[in-house]
Amino acid sequence: MIASEIRDEILDILGDIAPDEDLSNLADDKPFREQLELDSMDFLDIVMELRKRHRIQIPEEDYTHLASMGSTVAYLEPLMKDIAKK
Amino acid sequence: MAEYDTIIIGAGLSGLAAGIRLAYYEQRVCILERHTTIGGLNSFYRLRGRDYDVGLHAVTNFSSQGARKGPLARLLRQLRMGWDDFALAPQVGSTIAFPEVRLDFSNDLALLESEIARAFPAQRDNFQRLLARIVDYDDLSQDVFDLSARQILADTITDPLLIEMLFCPLMWYGNAREDDMDFGQFSIMFRALYLEGMGRPHAGIRLILRNLVRRYRALGGELKLRSGVSRIVTEKGADGEERAVGVVLDGGQQLTARRVLSSAGMVETLRLCDHLSVATPPRAGQLSFVESLSVLDRPPRSLGCDRTIVFFNDSETFHWRRPAEELCDVRTGVICSPNNFAYAADDGELADNMIRITALADFGRWQALGEEAYRLAKLRWYDRLSASAVRFVPDFRSRVIDTDMFTPTTIRRFTGHDNGAIYGAPHKQLDGTTPVENLYLCGTDQGFLGIVGALVSGVSMANRHCMLA
Repeated sequence: MIASEIRDEILDILGDIAPDEDLSNLADDKPFREQLELDSMDFLDIVMELRKRHRIQIPEEDYTHLASMGSTVAYLEPLMKDIAKK
Repeated sequence: MAEYDTIIIGAGLSGLAAGIRLAYYEQRVCILERHTTIGGLNSFYRLRGRDYDVGLHAVTNFSSQGARKGPLARLLRQLRMGWDDFALAPQVGSTIAFPEVRLDFSNDLALLESEIARAFPAQRDNFQRLLARIVDYDDLSQDVFDLSARQILADTITDPLLIEMLFCPLMWYGNAREDDMDFGQFSIMFRALYLEGMGRPHAGIRLILRNLVRRYRALGGELKLRSGVSRIVTEKGADGEERAVGVVLDGGQQLTARRVLSSAGMVETLRLCDHLSVATPPRAGQLSFVESLSVLDRPPRSLGCDRTIVFFNDSETFHWRRPAEELCDVRTGVICSPNNFAYAADDGELADNMIRITALADFGRWQALGEEAYRLAKLRWYDRLSASAVRFVPDFRSRVIDTDMFTPTTIRRFTGHDNGAIYGAPHKQLDGTTPVENLYLCGTDQGFLGIVGALVSGVSMANRHCMLA
């Protein structure tokens, strides 16, 4: 997957986790927390969904990379480069 | 290899919620339930053609459809369920009734504020100070949790009667401790009742349970009824620590698992473990209830019984203790009518008109009764509960067409809790850990109470202990 595909995948995951949120105006450089009604349990779900969908294991010390869309995509790019888009 | 990733003891609300989370993330999960039905404390039964709920009066932590904040919204997100799965109709309004003083409250805090300003004008600002001290769900550490709520209220509110009145509903709906309340529990219940409010599905607890089980099964979760756990199997690991590796059922069958999540209660769970020596054995809860159910020939509100819930106490002091002298203590109680919720117009009226009255009861005395004495005690205390309640609501007794009564021994049968302790042990283990590795608690003894609280407990303990490893 390339960066734009990873971004779409994260949007899809966020749509699953928080179906009532409007994701169309999500700014990539701002933390998710400031834009969405997400708590730590919801963040765990981003990790769990990546594991369920793509078998990607993210160690706990790396969770800080998942703070914003920009940092999440940058962190996942090397991990997901060999994963085909579904 | 173990047969299951996680075995869950108990198909109550916390166990089902934990099961849904784990099954959703593709674990092999099995929920084991001793009883013939699901729900634990919050279950239901049918008698002489009528449906009855056990436990549930109202779902606290109410939020309206579309709300994004609050425990209910969070919970639905975590379970990937929709608001319609719970379909809560809001209460019409409830009352705290003491001699000479009544305070009404609803799902809008402004009503309680204006009631306090009316009945306790000097306490108006103090109540605002108390609101500022109520701890948010996310800020509850064990230190803050264990503070004395009585101490904090005495520092904030200077009229002892108002303190007793504020405590009354909160202790009734979620305090396992006698006399005082942990400040954490107080904050949780305060938010759940006074800030968020109460609601009920038109179909009662059945709707919620049916949707939870359906979801759990659709995700591939296994549920075994009539499958009580007689023993939790532990092994000593290389580090010398005991760890859980599976369970043995009452029938002798052994099941292996990588971890066990138990909603049976702390004392009850540790008793199931082999060879376990705990330096200070935890204490089981002491508080249990009786409840009378009266079916009326007309809607309660047509008799003037128009409140959703009336929390009553017949003196200026609220006594929250196991009854010392008799089977029950009817000085304080809860009168609830499931008819008095604002149901959607197309749902219509409930099939039955019902008044439920709850009072404190002593498990030991009820359990000691022989069969005939137990039957007579139920009849006698049905009358005494009703007589106590009609001091605070219009007398409905000439309109009763059917009755039932459940007691501490009923609660014991549905929950498995020692002493039929309705809210479990007085000490809550917020982090859900036990002295045994790979054995965790969820449900009443972990600390969140009420329908939404129990579900949140299951979800958060599954997240914390059962998912990442």
